[in-house]
Amino acid sequence: MAPLLLVSVFVIATCGLIYELIAGTLASYLLGDSVTQFSTIIGCYLFAMGIGSWLSRYVNKNLLGVFVEVEILIGLIGGSSAALLFVLFEHIYSFHFLLYFVVTVIGVLVGLEIPLLLRILESRFEFKDLVSKVFSLDYVGALFASVLFPLVLIPYLGLVRTSFSFGMGNVLVAFWMLLMMRERIPGYRWHLGTAAIVLALLSAGFVYSERIMSFAEASTYPGKVILSESTPYQRIVITEQSGDVRLFLNANLQFSSVDEYRYHEALVHPALSAHPSPRNVLIIGGGDGLALREVLKYPSVAKVTMVDLDPEMTRLFSTNALLTALNGQSLLSKKLTIINKDAFTWLKEQRDNAGGGIYDIILIDVPDPSNFSIGKLYTVTFYKLLRSVTDEDSIVVVQSTSPLVARKSFWCVTNTLKAAGFETAAYHAFVPSFGEWGFTIATNKPYASPKSYPSGLKYLNVETADDMFHFAPDMAWVETKIQRLDDQALIHYFDEEWSKYLIY
Amino acid sequence: MKITRGQFIKGGLAASATGLFSLGSLRSRLNAAEPPTYPGKMIGASHQLGHLLRQSNLSRASDELRARVVVVGGGIAGLGAARRLMRAGIEDILVLDLEEEPGGNARSGVNETSAYPWGAHYVPLLTEEARAVRRLFEDLGIITGKDARGLPIYDEYMLGFEPKERLFRFGRWQEGLVPAIGTTPEDEAQYRRFFSLMNELKTQCGSDGRRLFAIPVDESSTDPHWRALDMLSMEQWMGREGFTSDLLRWYVNYACRDDYGTVFSETSAWAGIHYFASRNGQAANAESDDVVTWPQGNGWLVARMAEPLGPRLRTRCLAMRVAVADGGVIVDVWDANESVARMIRAEAAILATPRFISARLLPNAIERMDPSSFSYAPWAVANITLDAMPEGKGAPLSWDNVAFDSPTLGYVVATSQELGMKPLSTVLTAYWPLSHKTPSEARQDALGRSLDEWQRIFADDLLNIHPELSGHIRSIDVCVWGHAMIRPVPGFIWGEARQRAREPLGRLAFAHSDLGGISLFEEAYTHGVRAAEHVLTQLSVNYDSEL
Ligand SMILES: Cc1cc2nc3c(=O)[nH]c(=O)nc-3n(C[C@H](O)[C@H](O)[C@H](O)COP(=O)(O)OP(=O)(O)OC[C@H]3O[C@@H](n4cnc5c(N)ncnc54)[C@H](O)[C@@H]3O)c2cc1C
Repeated sequence: MAPLLLVSVFVIATCGLIYELIAGTLASYLLGDSVTQFSTIIGCYLFAMGIGSWLSRYVNKNLLGVFVEVEILIGLIGGSSAALLFVLFEHIYSFHFLLYFVVTVIGVLVGLEIPLLLRILESRFEFKDLVSKVFSLDYVGALFASVLFPLVLIPYLGLVRTSFSFGMGNVLVAFWMLLMMRERIPGYRWHLGTAAIVLALLSAGFVYSERIMSFAEASTYPGKVILSESTPYQRIVITEQSGDVRLFLNANLQFSSVDEYRYHEALVHPALSAHPSPRNVLIIGGGDGLALREVLKYPSVAKVTMVDLDPEMTRLFSTNALLTALNGQSLLSKKLTIINKDAFTWLKEQRDNAGGGIYDIILIDVPDPSNFSIGKLYTVTFYKLLRSVTDEDSIVVVQSTSPLVARKSFWCVTNTLKAAGFETAAYHAFVPSFGEWGFTIATNKPYASPKSYPSGLKYLNVETADDMFHFAPDMAWVETKIQRLDDQALIHYFDEEWSKYLIY
Repeated sequence: MKITRGQFIKGGLAASATGLFSLGSLRSRLNAAEPPTYPGKMIGASHQLGHLLRQSNLSRASDELRARVVVVGGGIAGLGAARRLMRAGIEDILVLDLEEEPGGNARSGVNETSAYPWGAHYVPLLTEEARAVRRLFEDLGIITGKDARGLPIYDEYMLGFEPKERLFRFGRWQEGLVPAIGTTPEDEAQYRRFFSLMNELKTQCGSDGRRLFAIPVDESSTDPHWRALDMLSMEQWMGREGFTSDLLRWYVNYACRDDYGTVFSETSAWAGIHYFASRNGQAANAESDDVVTWPQGNGWLVARMAEPLGPRLRTRCLAMRVAVADGGVIVDVWDANESVARMIRAEAAILATPRFISARLLPNAIERMDPSSFSYAPWAVANITLDAMPEGKGAPLSWDNVAFDSPTLGYVVATSQELGMKPLSTVLTAYWPLSHKTPSEARQDALGRSLDEWQRIFADDLLNIHPELSGHIRSIDVCVWGHAMIRPVPGFIWGEARQRAREPLGRLAFAHSDLGGISLFEEAYTHGVRAAEHVLTQLSVNYDSEL
């Protein structure tokens, strides 16, 4: 019986340290600034343990029962702490308060453990023996936990499952105690019942952890999530932080309201200003209406067709006040026809059935080529189709990822457009939230840069534009394969280049 | 170990690989208690109609038809033969098929979600030797021209889209079908040795200047040294060459089951190597290992080939007897459309049916026909309609998706050739060569199973790797092919029986993929053209050979 209790010391010591590590890691992950987070979390946790130890003096009878109850509580709160914090992150006004509250509660409970155990074991060992045994085990447990945590637990289980499984560890200690010393614990059955319920909850949490995590936007987004929706096509998330509104599609940043004007001016004006009289415009993607806002600055534009797969995108950006303030209600324009279909299929149908018509300007503002599905819209086959709806004066622009981070990917777009028969002109602009960003113009005759731009632009003028077409040696042209439906070279380039740069 | 953000939050490596606690296994276990039944139907070679063939008492022909040439069998070989005849100006022909639709093993189906194959689903880039097929591909616009180097340009909408293949092992998907996770340095070394040997063999020619392993098979070098490989099994050959890696052997066995419906211990080494060393097709705009494919698989080709035949193609018409008479051929037919027996007199005929059927049609020539030398593998194929897309950890959904531990070959996704970014529903074609028992035992088992049993087998197999699909299966249709593929067992390809089987009986010529010893589109089509050209010669029609 005594050795059993000593084993418990080891288990609870390990669990105790794990919760501390989980809270620290989670805080630095969610809130950034890991030095501060770790030291304040550890400080708070240790202080709370002190409170717990002090409070232990008020436990005077039924030590074993109280100890069992403390174990169950730690299991419940500690075990679910990671999931709880992740899920509540976006929904709660003061996350800091919640975080430190949870840390304090766990700390107090953990602080109660050792003093209670010492007192339970008091009669069985000589005092010096007891203290040396319990504390050495306590510290060994801590070492074990601190090695296990980064090397095994995080890589293989992840934070959420780790937390659930150590919660189960605490509850199992409670179980063990209950079973071994049932005669000495009043209300034994009641304890057993709660332990079983908590254990079931934690196991369910463990099993369903992926589900739980999919509710937790916090795991992916900085700032406060003000809107999140899953459509059949994508996950749309809009966040806000100090006035900066950001759109994420499938967790990839699409724009930040602070600097999106740079991106959209660069996307739209070098093409529209270079066309003698742009009347008929096609926008592929761009359901946020921001590129359209720029397009509508040209009075000659009589008709805009926007093909965006996801009706929910265009609905959100034409109805939500925060968002229509950003796009200047462009999606409500009378000149606009919205077509919520897949661009490739739609364009092919148009061409096969109706000859497709001719567009003066085609803007392709679709997400980066990060998977094989979106990659189809970067293929030579798609570009040939585009070419069939252009004429001598038409200008096509393609957002083409970062020439700095993903140099091969960027030039693969140019090379593929060329393979489709276009002439190309590549350029780039600096957009702080994205970095150095690239675009490619495709035409049927050499592109001549505009002599003037609409007034009132914040970023673009003739001088900035001149610079945009120069590429420093570290982003200069490279030879690449061509992006094809049967061999999506671009996706492989993109994957390789961005994975070196960013840890997703 | 570098931890990515995704792993960090979700964990994922080990925990999910064990699958022990996974949501999926829990769910599929729950489901196992109450097996769902799915809507669906059983498709299959029309057994009842086919069994008429075994009856000896024929009802008397109520009328008589005449045609210059009769083609029995509207599979690829029959359609190819008919096409060749028409191109030579012989338009007075009849093509008979016992099924409702032409196409044989290349038939397809369609529902509101997608078109899908019932059997053959792709053709690799054509080899140099597949001259007749190349001409077909040019006519049908699959090959649209040549580049400056003379390489064929394929229609890019028909080339198989990426991602093409993935393999499910240890609870996650990897790219490609050669097992890549958990390999030892020894496995890797054997992979390298094996594949570089195969690559060498691809271009190597025999003393007669022909490639060692060609498609069509009969274009291969006659060097006895290489042909001797036909006497070994693929498994024996691998043993002899020191290819002992379990993973490599798994892959080679998979390949033999995939192309021949036969395990590698029963496949001739010549045929086994042929799988890897024959396909050297080149294209201006595709890699050598590319394929052409369509949502309905080779059903696309069937439709294009059948279309110009118009009323010359008669479905639900079973040939019962064929007799070679003076200066012509007589075919007795049971027309199930009108339930009448007919007699067709023709100047010549082509039997584009598998050998075991051709033998029954010619009861007097049974010795000559030697059907017992031809062994066929049974297959079961299921088309599973889903209202969600299969996903899974690791490599993304591909055209061909194989599970390492499954007895089936996994599934092919009909919507892979769709241009749209995200289909929300799809049809999966799951293939199962019944190679675990002898063909006749497996055939008996297979034909004895009810639709419900088949559905459960296929559903379990799918849900095992895709628990997330439970509740998303809309229907499961099943087809059992009793004699799906000729089995290239040791000694068959370069043995006498196959050589003799090609020889015509006067004005009666034979055409079927089984004459090539391996079941491929190119074999079927080329044998069709060959038989047609024999008939043209017999009828003294001038032609430039397409072979
Ligand atoms: C599951 C499966 C998958 C395959 N996948 C591929 C693939 O991906 N690529 C590939 O190249 N090959 C594949 N094959 C091989 C395929 O069999 C050949 O490519 C080709 O379709 C064979 O054509 P065939 O004309 O030789 O024979 P069959 O398709 O067998 O044609 C014979 C025809 O004769 C008809 N018939 C039979 N008896 C009579 C009678 N008495 N009277 C009238 N008509 C009769 C039948 O109904 C049938 O239509 C696959 C085969 C199977 C079974």
